Amino acid sequence: MSALAIELTGINKNFGNVCANKDVSLKVESGTIHGIIGENGAGKSTLMSILYGFYQADSGTISVQDKSMQIQNAHDAIDAGIGMVHQHFMLVDTFTVLENVVLGTETGYSLKKSLEASALELQRLEKEYHLEVGIDSVINTLPVGLQQRVEILKALYRGADILILDEPTGVLTPQEADHLFRVLSELREQGKTVILITHKLREIMAITDNVSVMRQGEMVAHLKTAETNQEELAELMVGRKVLLQVDKAPAKPGKPVLTVEHLDFTDDSGVHRVKDVSFNVRSGEIVGIAGVSGNGQSELLAAITGIQPLQKGQLKINSETIRPDMRADAADMRRFGMAHVPEDRQRMGLVTSFSAQENSILGYHNDPAYNGLFEMDRDAILSTCQHGMEHYDVRPNNLNLRASLFSGGNQQKLVVARELERDPELLVIGQPTRGVDIGAIEFIHRQIIAMRDAGKAVLLVSVELDEILSLSDRILVMFAGQIMGEVQASSANERDIGLLMAGISKEAHERNSSKYPGCHTGHNHQSFTRFFGFRNCNLGTGRRSVVCFKNHALWCFRI
Amino acid sequence: MLYGAFGYDEGLGYTLYYTTNFIFTGLAFAVGFHCGLFNIGAEGQAYIGGLGVGLVCLWLESWPLWLVFPLAILASIVLGGLWGAIPGYLKAKRGSHEVVTTIMFNFIASVVMVNLLSHVLKPPQEMSPESREFSEGVWVPQMHEIFEWFGIEITQTPLNGTFFFALICLFLVWRFIWYTRWGYELRTVGTNETASVYAGISVSKNIIIAMVIGGGLAGFVGINEIMGSSHRLMLNFQAGIGFTGIAVSLIGRNHPLGILLAALLFGILYQGGAELSFEVQAIDRHMVVLIQGLVILFAGALENLFRPQIEQFVKRLAT
Repeated sequence: MSALAIELTGINKNFGNVCANKDVSLKVESGTIHGIIGENGAGKSTLMSILYGFYQADSGTISVQDKSMQIQNAHDAIDAGIGMVHQHFMLVDTFTVLENVVLGTETGYSLKKSLEASALELQRLEKEYHLEVGIDSVINTLPVGLQQRVEILKALYRGADILILDEPTGVLTPQEADHLFRVLSELREQGKTVILITHKLREIMAITDNVSVMRQGEMVAHLKTAETNQEELAELMVGRKVLLQVDKAPAKPGKPVLTVEHLDFTDDSGVHRVKDVSFNVRSGEIVGIAGVSGNGQSELLAAITGIQPLQKGQLKINSETIRPDMRADAADMRRFGMAHVPEDRQRMGLVTSFSAQENSILGYHNDPAYNGLFEMDRDAILSTCQHGMEHYDVRPNNLNLRASLFSGGNQQKLVVARELERDPELLVIGQPTRGVDIGAIEFIHRQIIAMRDAGKAVLLVSVELDEILSLSDRILVMFAGQIMGEVQASSANERDIGLLMAGISKEAHERNSSKYPGCHTGHNHQSFTRFFGFRNCNLGTGRRSVVCFKNHALWCFRI
Repeated sequence: MLYGAFGYDEGLGYTLYYTTNFIFTGLAFAVGFHCGLFNIGAEGQAYIGGLGVGLVCLWLESWPLWLVFPLAILASIVLGGLWGAIPGYLKAKRGSHEVVTTIMFNFIASVVMVNLLSHVLKPPQEMSPESREFSEGVWVPQMHEIFEWFGIEITQTPLNGTFFFALICLFLVWRFIWYTRWGYELRTVGTNETASVYAGISVSKNIIIAMVIGGGLAGFVGINEIMGSSHRLMLNFQAGIGFTGIAVSLIGRNHPLGILLAALLFGILYQGGAELSFEVQAIDRHMVVLIQGLVILFAGALENLFRPQIEQFVKRLAT
């Protein structure tokens, strides 16, 4: 066994009566990528926050590079050579990369001097670890993948030998994630230690050397990644056998329930978000919309469900036709037989300061079943909520608990229960399992399949490709507001969809492949410059495509 | 101070009389607050609502009280509500911030009233800018009169039947906000606008409704002041009550029961303070205001200071 980069022994941490970490021990070998996996609320983030000095452990010892030490705050952690890349980036959007990296480490009176000194150092780091970003780019012009690199650079600039990444791939496309993993391997080769916190089993298998599994605040296993598999890890995480693959019979689609025709949407700031989208969803099938987040799925969802007024195009739900001049809102859509599980349960699906029972009628509060002449019928609301919570196994089973006090998975179950219990003709569901733990994911997936088998139409929007692949019968891929293509789930593979998600049509790729066998295809000029991390590069005009070599692979871009 | 407020029945009468006003403006603020609005226009809404009350009383002097009273209520709802509805509309449809618009409407109300009182409503031979006194038939019975019906004698104070109406309003607002679907919509809009759009609840409709209800409630100050006590329309009868309502509502945690208690506290401060500066020469009016300020500060600030202890105490009682 090589030297230990980090050793935690007997860490305990309580928040009030809640035990977040219970006698946790962890050994991370130097120069390895170590995965920490567990469900939401298993205590991974708390543990890392203790290591990074945000919290103090109630008891237990920390030693870094074989030296026992007290980490009181983030400064101590940085001094000890620990760097952290947060799930939500801590960057100033309007600053350049250089300014962001220097922020907090300026020396002397003149900012200019410290910037100049840092610029050299930063360029060296960029080269050494293949983390090219362009130090003068302004953060908000960079795609997320590159912003993440800036975070990594920031940590390295502060002299980190141990890098903690908290759920780093949540915001990335599969391709960007792959690239991140290449960067991480590079870091490992350079002798850095990486701790990767995630709940995605695939990533653990793909990149880590060792993996530690946490469950309910306890460390349940330390394993060598090579000696384990996804099923074993999932079982350790949840504490029981979990079906990772969704079992489902072939779909029996009937007549179209939802038809979307030439839907167009421009947002308040004038950005054309959805461009002429048409498709339909038939009864008894699940149509999945895949795409990297921010490619118009949210806006499409908002327009279909009446959150945003329809601007152009029309919808047909069963026999109802909805045109922009009808100004149909979400209540109208519900009346037409649509149920909607929104992407963001905290902001949209629930009023988190309301109790569970008040939330159980959100959107249906005008239903005569819940109302008397003046006052609402409390008993009817109670029984609806009680029934939903029992059926969907919401824990704790407390009708009067505020929604914000349920865990993410249980909040989602509350929303799903409310919408599915109404037995709608059409279910529109966005990110059904975002931030939901594996046990609840399995449950929610089964409910969605059950809806389909009962002959309902389901429209599923998710940025989790795995989820789309395992649930959908047909898959539509969105890129830059357009539907790039449709794939039958039975014949789909992750690679094809990944290409569509990056905006590359199948035909373009086939054309390129015939010319340059084995090459990858990039989307266009913008994605080319983005891909190579520099902006405003002029590739000249007159040529139709550019071929280049990067990361040991041949790439083809249309320009 | 406490003696001044409670010690003798005249003091108590004044205390409850002030309390009545604060209940109305406190509720006016609370209803807006539950809809996510910061309605600081209760002042103007009370003023204009009072105008409505005054006009009804002047026009329908000869009608019996049981007819005039509901009409006066209606008039104060319509005018006070209108005064709330305009900023509400501007907020809902134009996005103008209600703090700015309602405070502007306070000024507009004040100018409108000065004009009306000094040019239109003032009897020609009078010097002071007030309307003539209403005929006794439309006065809300004073508390001492009500008690006389039951054969109990108490000192005459401005306290009048409106106090009971205020208590009814407290109860109705409580039921409205927490037990009806309209209250449910209002609170949804107030706590989470995105969720209300998701639920198909119209944000702008509810903002306007909340402002109308708030304006109407503020307008009831006019019933207490104009119809119950001064029996004529005059300048600045609402002086400061609207603004105090904000403090009343906030200290009362925007809950009707809390508002009742907070309104009582402010009633005590007003009456007791007046008594104090009257009785004790060394304490002048400014000192009283200072004392009131300190009480408000501590009542507001201590809420969070003692909260953990009180919560634990309640928990211990429960187990």
